[in-house]
Amino acid sequence: MRLFGVLLQLAWRNLWRNHRRTIVMLSAVSVGVWAMIFMTALTRGMVDQMIVDGIKTLPGHVQMHDPEYLDDPSINNLISMSDDELEQKFKDSGIKAWASRVKVPAVITSERDSRGVTLLGIDPVAERDLMFVDYEEVEGRFLNDANDKGIVIGRKLSETLETEIGKRVVVMSQDPDNDIADRGFRVVGIYSASTGAVEEAYVFVGKLTAQKMLGIEGGTSEVVFVGDDYRNVDSVYESVVAAVDSTVVVNRWYDVDTYLGTMMNVMDGFVLVWVVVIFLALSFGLVNTLLMAVFERVREIGLMLALGMKPASILGQIIIESMLLLALGLAIGDLLAIASILPLTGGIDISFVGEGMEMFGAASVLYPKLYSNDIVLANVVVLVLGFLASLSPAWRASRYEPVEALAKVG
Amino acid sequence: MTAVRCVDLCKTYRQGDQDIKALDHVSLEVAKGGFVCLSAPSGGGKTTLLNAIGGLDIPDSGEVYVDEQRIDNLSKGDLADLRLRQIGFVFQAYNLIPVLTAAENVEFVMQVQGVATAERNEKAQAILKEVGLDGLENRRPAEMSGGQQQRVAVARAVASRPALILADEPTANLDSKTSDELMELFTELNENHSSTFIIASHDQRVMNYAKRLIRMLDGRIVEDIDQRAA
Repeated sequence: MRLFGVLLQLAWRNLWRNHRRTIVMLSAVSVGVWAMIFMTALTRGMVDQMIVDGIKTLPGHVQMHDPEYLDDPSINNLISMSDDELEQKFKDSGIKAWASRVKVPAVITSERDSRGVTLLGIDPVAERDLMFVDYEEVEGRFLNDANDKGIVIGRKLSETLETEIGKRVVVMSQDPDNDIADRGFRVVGIYSASTGAVEEAYVFVGKLTAQKMLGIEGGTSEVVFVGDDYRNVDSVYESVVAAVDSTVVVNRWYDVDTYLGTMMNVMDGFVLVWVVVIFLALSFGLVNTLLMAVFERVREIGLMLALGMKPASILGQIIIESMLLLALGLAIGDLLAIASILPLTGGIDISFVGEGMEMFGAASVLYPKLYSNDIVLANVVVLVLGFLASLSPAWRASRYEPVEALAKVG
Repeated sequence: MTAVRCVDLCKTYRQGDQDIKALDHVSLEVAKGGFVCLSAPSGGGKTTLLNAIGGLDIPDSGEVYVDEQRIDNLSKGDLADLRLRQIGFVFQAYNLIPVLTAAENVEFVMQVQGVATAERNEKAQAILKEVGLDGLENRRPAEMSGGQQQRVAVARAVASRPALILADEPTANLDSKTSDELMELFTELNENHSSTFIIASHDQRVMNYAKRLIRMLDGRIVEDIDQRAA
């Protein structure tokens, strides 16, 4: 312990022997660490937003369907359980929120134009916690109940169809007998979503109204369940699986939307790669700084060896010096990152690249996400790789022969 | 009682195409409490002999004993331990660790030995006073003269009371007055602390202070004079 005290004292003082060099290296480490954490927070925010939007747009955390539905989402592949049976099974299941939907492909027509859409027959009360649409933000109003006779469409779709609140549209789909099922609806609400693609894709009507229009009274296309954390949906999945039989299939969201699922997995790997790449750039500076420090102190190292300090202690001294430099850089970099991310948590407007972002499902406002795990990862990577990078100069210093080192011309 | 014994030491260096015999069958015994000056012109082998005695350099052949323990066959770690616990060194220049104060430099060896803080502080203060550096404890080497730095090095060498103190050209960078003061200090410490001093030097003043003068030439001992008798 006393020896560690000597090494720590020597390492700290040697660190400040060449102020300018230490400050330059410290700045490089701090900026590097800041960049690691800041960019990770931005990317995390973007991917999180994409996943959360994606989950809210359709999949929920866990979905239940007829076994054929995912391959053929038609009116003929309905869940073989009535609304009453579903209510009985999941009313007291402990799952945070769930809702059953009618979900079929349809065509919507206005006086001006027509478009293919996904018709969602929903119970707005049950969907409130699952839905990507904020009911209060809807222009006009959202659906009142499952028996509502109005239709809510997206803003982009309303522009395409050149329709507006109060106007009538016709929705056409297919009934179980393969006949045309259609109905006129009055537009009661226009919603906004994070992307125009979503606004064009989904129209909402009352579930009972949709069932009547399609001639499937009591029929359901999918049931969606939501837990507390989209990253950990196993408990919800297991609860649902335990409650149903083999006449339905149950999937986690990342099994249904493999793109989003892959994004989540890739993100963790990406953060590690990003942190390591930045560190590799830093490590050249670190190794160079340590080598310079060692070369400048050859005679001093020779003296310490001659006085009886063991090579392992010289090795330790150089590594402690490196760790002190990195620890200081980490502390400054962490503080810089936190100080620069916190004011941005309200969102960064990136609408100037909004169309490009929309292509892969990102919103036009970016909310940076600062996770303690990402800070820990950056710190651990810097310390572990920094330790490894320091080994070479430290090893070199510890291998000097005292007589030769003392004879070096300083 | 023998402090140092060298038996038939040989050491050859390669310089370009030439082999230089730094030590050529050197045998030597130094009694405990001795005050010996190894004198030789440059390249005469005195520093090589001093380094072999201090475990800083391994001879090609022959045997070295310090306090009756053979050291030429010890591992690097054991040699480091030997230097730490039994030998004090004073080199010609670059003797001190620049980032430590005078007191910290004196304490350095004791700190590595694991001596408790209070004990080493007390010893350092006492020895700095003894070498005439009272009041300069907190100065760094760059803030001291060459003579003061050598005194700190001497203080460090004797602070942990090693049995053997080896000094290589300790007066080479000092003026005559400071050299005399340093040699007075060595003599005093040799008498007060009963430490064995072996000093490599071709400075006549140093030779005059030594109780025993060993002259070397081309790696061989050519003269061994007991100056107390003279």
